[in-house]
Amino acid sequence: MTEFFSQGGYAFFVWGAYGMVALLLLAEILQLRAERRTILSRLGRLIRMRREDGR
Amino acid sequence: MTLNWFKFASPPSFYPIAGRLIPVFWILTVILLLVGLYWGFFETVDRLGGNNPQKEYYRIIFIHVPSAWMSMWLYIVMVGWAAIGLVFNTRLSFMMANAIAPTGAIFTFLALWTGAFWGRPSWGTYWDWDPRLTSELVLFFMYIGYLALHSAIDDVRRADRASALLAIVGLIMVPVIFWSINCPDPNQCAALHQRSGLGRMDGNILFAMLTMTLAFWMYSFATTFMRLRGIILTREAESAWVRELLTDGDKA
Repeated sequence: MTEFFSQGGYAFFVWGAYGMVALLLLAEILQLRAERRTILSRLGRLIRMRREDGR
Repeated sequence: MTLNWFKFASPPSFYPIAGRLIPVFWILTVILLLVGLYWGFFETVDRLGGNNPQKEYYRIIFIHVPSAWMSMWLYIVMVGWAAIGLVFNTRLSFMMANAIAPTGAIFTFLALWTGAFWGRPSWGTYWDWDPRLTSELVLFFMYIGYLALHSAIDDVRRADRASALLAIVGLIMVPVIFWSINCPDPNQCAALHQRSGLGRMDGNILFAMLTMTLAFWMYSFATTFMRLRGIILTREAESAWVRELLTDGDKA
C-alpha cells in the first residue's frame, strides 16, 4: 500500500497530476448541479409570480 | 424509413433525450474510469525504456494524453456545431457549441497541468516554449476567448454568431498542435515531444490509455448535456413548453 502511494518516490508528480484532474472534474460536476438547482428555482419562481398576476 | 433529423434538432425534443442519456454516460464514465485506472496502475510495468528510463511518473500518460486528445477533439466538435449554427441558423447548434466550451477548456488546462507534472521529472522543467506546449496554451486561450466574447455580448444571437466566427478562426490551432512535433532536422529544432506510434506501445499501457480516453469522452458527453439542458431552460424560459414542463413538476 505504501509502495503504491509512493510511486517509486514520484508521488508528488503522479498525485499532483491525478489530483488536479480529480479536483477539476469534481468541481465541474458540482458546479453543474448547483447551476441546475438555481435555474429551476428561478424559473419556478417566475412561473408562480405570473400565475399570481393572473397571466 | 426516413428519419427527420431536424425534429431532434429542436430544443423541446432534445431536452428530454439529453436528460435520459446523461445517466447512461455517467455509468459508462465510472466503469471506464475504474477499468482504466486499475489497468494503468496495476497491470503496467514501473519502468520504461533502456538507458534513461521513464520511471513511475510515466503513469501520468493515462490522464495526459486523453486530456490532450479531448482538448483538440472537443474544439473540433464545438466548431462543427458553431458552423452548423451559422449555416442553418438552428438554435440548438449554438447552444451545443456553448455547452462544449467549458469542458474543452478544462481538458486543455488539464493537458497543460499534467504535462507540467510529467515534464519536471522527465525533462527537468515544468514548462518550455516548445512548439506543442505553446500551441496547446494558445488553444486554451481560444477556449477562454470564445467564452469571454460570448458573455461580453448581451444579445444572445449576436453573441452566438460572433463567438462562432472566433471559434472557426481558432480551429487552425488544432492541426498546428497535431503536427507541432514534425521536425525535418532534429539538430535544427529540438522539439520535446517526439513522434510516437501507437503501434509501438506496450499493449497494457495502450489499453489503459485508450480506456481512459473513452472515459473522458463519456464524461464530456455527460457534462455537456447537463450544461446544454441548463442553457435550453434559460434561453427558452419564455416558451410555452418550458412553462408546461416546470408547472408539471417532476418532468423538468
